Amino acid sequence: MTALISPARKNPAAQAIETLLKSRETGIVLALLLVLVATTVRSPAFLVSTDGFRDLLLTPAIFVLLAIGQAMVIITRNIDLSVGSVVGLTAYLTGRLFIDFPGMPIPVVIIAGIALGALLGLINGALIAYAKVPALVVTLGTLYIYRGVDVWWVGRKPINASDMPRDFLGFGVSSFLNIPTLAIIAALVLVAVGWCMKTTRGGRELYAIGSDPSAATLYGLRITKRVIHAFVACGALTGLAGVLFAARYGTVDSQAGTGFELISVAAAVVGGIAIFGGSGSVLGAAIGAVLLLTINRALPLLGVQDFWQQAVVGALILGAIALDRVLSLRQFHKLIEIRDNAND
Amino acid sequence: MIRLSSHSSTSTVGDVVLELSEVSKSFGAVRALRNGELTLRAGSIHALMGENGAGKSTIVKIIAGLYHRDAGSFTLDGTEVDFRSTAESKNAGIAVIYQEPTLFPDLSVTENIFMGRQPMKSWGRIDRAAMRKHAQELFSRLDVHIDPDRPAQGLSIADQQIIEVAKAMSLDAKVLVMDEPTAALSLAEVDRLFAIARALRDEGRALLFISHRFEEVYALCDTVTVMRDGEYISTDPIDETDVPSLVRKMVGRDVASLFPKEEATIGDVALEVRNLNSTGTFHDISFTVRAGEIVGLAGLVGAGRSEVARAIFGVDNYDSGHVSVYGESVPRKNTAAAMKLGVALVPEDRRQQGLILDFGVARNLTLSICRGLARFGLLSSKAENLAADGWAQRLQVKSHSLATAAGTLSGGNQQKIVLAKWLAAQPRILIVDEPTRGIDVGTKAEVHRMLSQLAGQGLAILMVSSELPEVLGMADRVLVMREGRITSEIPRAEATAETVMFAATHDRQQVLAATNVMEPTQ
Repeated sequence: MTALISPARKNPAAQAIETLLKSRETGIVLALLLVLVATTVRSPAFLVSTDGFRDLLLTPAIFVLLAIGQAMVIITRNIDLSVGSVVGLTAYLTGRLFIDFPGMPIPVVIIAGIALGALLGLINGALIAYAKVPALVVTLGTLYIYRGVDVWWVGRKPINASDMPRDFLGFGVSSFLNIPTLAIIAALVLVAVGWCMKTTRGGRELYAIGSDPSAATLYGLRITKRVIHAFVACGALTGLAGVLFAARYGTVDSQAGTGFELISVAAAVVGGIAIFGGSGSVLGAAIGAVLLLTINRALPLLGVQDFWQQAVVGALILGAIALDRVLSLRQFHKLIEIRDNAND
Repeated sequence: MIRLSSHSSTSTVGDVVLELSEVSKSFGAVRALRNGELTLRAGSIHALMGENGAGKSTIVKIIAGLYHRDAGSFTLDGTEVDFRSTAESKNAGIAVIYQEPTLFPDLSVTENIFMGRQPMKSWGRIDRAAMRKHAQELFSRLDVHIDPDRPAQGLSIADQQIIEVAKAMSLDAKVLVMDEPTAALSLAEVDRLFAIARALRDEGRALLFISHRFEEVYALCDTVTVMRDGEYISTDPIDETDVPSLVRKMVGRDVASLFPKEEATIGDVALEVRNLNSTGTFHDISFTVRAGEIVGLAGLVGAGRSEVARAIFGVDNYDSGHVSVYGESVPRKNTAAAMKLGVALVPEDRRQQGLILDFGVARNLTLSICRGLARFGLLSSKAENLAADGWAQRLQVKSHSLATAAGTLSGGNQQKIVLAKWLAAQPRILIVDEPTRGIDVGTKAEVHRMLSQLAGQGLAILMVSSELPEVLGMADRVLVMREGRITSEIPRAEATAETVMFAATHDRQQVLAATNVMEPTQ
């Protein structure tokens, strides 16, 4: 008999510290702190100045949204590679709406961006769930299709800052209590999605489906519906990110958002989302996004040359995957050991 | 603690809960189930027995809602049901424990029990506290100590099975189906599972227990249904049956005349396996195969036969032991070296391991010899086709052209290509794993004829097979494995369905004891 005896009760503080040390997010937070400290020592303005602090929170905000959406999809053992193109389309829609309907209220534009993103996500999800084609292939296809539509739509009329109302552009760089509004939005989304993933049936079923799809079938979970939900949610968050992209940068051409899909996947993986689904948290993915973008800004200040910066990001991804592999191998060996002991 | 009485219990067997009648199910041209009959009663533990491929799993999957029957009736509490998904079957009060536990490794034990049916609070929140408490109650009812918060990953099979049972109990299921739940359990764990099963029976639930182990069936069940070749054979109270009669019903064929192997001169020891061990998979495997000999490796699914074959060929590693071919030792986990020494393996699952389905027939046929065909490291299609054509004709592979993708051919023709592929490499030792699984009767006979001829030409053949008639007809000697160990070695003259089945379901001591008793009387 190999049943585990529950550990003896410890005092709550000690237990909280133990949970903290064991959690997968702690490692990424430590890495982030390391980068911050090292860079600040070298060049204090990185963190201590008003601009430094603002940029620290503002730059990653859009990518935090993308990473959260991507994490939800990867948790179900799928992937969304169309993220960058969806950002491009929704960002352009934002500018187009301001040009074609002058005076359109900002909230309506935001909702329109989210709705378009959700629709594009629905197309991804439906193709994957009903046509039974792997997500990698479907979203690689829609990556190009969505981008193609974007290029055709933008034509020779990219959006410039002057096309959009001043309020909207101001909103992109505004702050509340010294905290950038975009960062607050990202944080609110993080809390809401994190809550759903942890405490609702739908959220837990996303984990279950990614953890073992065939077991999910035997449990009678509605896999098709849940996977489509994940893609729609990812699309909606990406749409929101597209609107914020327009507000933050002011110019939107046909190449806006190119390559963002890989950054979002990298953030999720570095943040502890297992690429085969079933484990990790959206909080981890969000911190992963902050870490990646902070490193991106820090490396030039640390005197690291341009071409090495990419390599550092790559090393981080490999390191995160290697760590996950080591952890799961260790689990596996434990399983074998227990089984053999039980049999002898 | 729950009482440990066996089938002679006084618990009253109640009304019919679940009834299958004349149920059939086909997959393409293969009829997995012809007339399935099963009647489960409240307060009863019903055994379902049969050889591999008898249709037991198909029945389980129909009950579970995974398969939909083609014809026949399926009633639950007297009303006809028509499950289209596992969720519907579950909602109707049926819980199924599969041979392989199906848990979510990344989620906690508690979540695994309640996934999809979690207790809820306001705002669509899962009531974690209630869920955890409920899980603990279930565990204390089952008298086990499992931390409800730990992930399912890393749990022993036995504990995973307990969680499956807890899952079934949380459903308050009327019907509990257990598909070979004991296959991976130790004796103590089996006892614990049985105690739980009896307690559930005494609560008035109907249990279906599938097992190959007679001693377990006799210890636990009150009724037994036997199936064979997708057909219902009989249902009897367990007290009115004995092991020999059950075995006869399970095998029930005239096996001797079906696959006669031609006489061949038995030569030198070709393959020698000494004390092969692989922790958790097989133990202390020793045997020899001589030139011109076909040695059958029999046993039930999961006995470790394919694993031994894979280890010999070098696909999998092993912990200790020694393999040699005509005196030359074969390095472990090195298929290239094994092939060089003349060993060939025709694997069990040809779709996954033996064939490249998208490649044409010619490319598949020459895959194992492409190095020999290549000039300056380059393969010419002409050389490939030339070499392949000869083999395709010899084996009468039916395909439009040599470029036809292998995946589009019938199972029988695919198997011929896999065989031809290895024969083209001119092996000295051929290991075939389930050589005729899923192929039609005609092709089966052809494959057997081929194997027999090859042995006649001096090839040493190790044949893993779950089909008793095939083993008894083809093998010069039968090795029987059970739970990773060889329990018996039976020469052709003494190999019968009964002796092989007995050895496949009993451990070595029991087999030896039985033969000692039998010998003086012969």
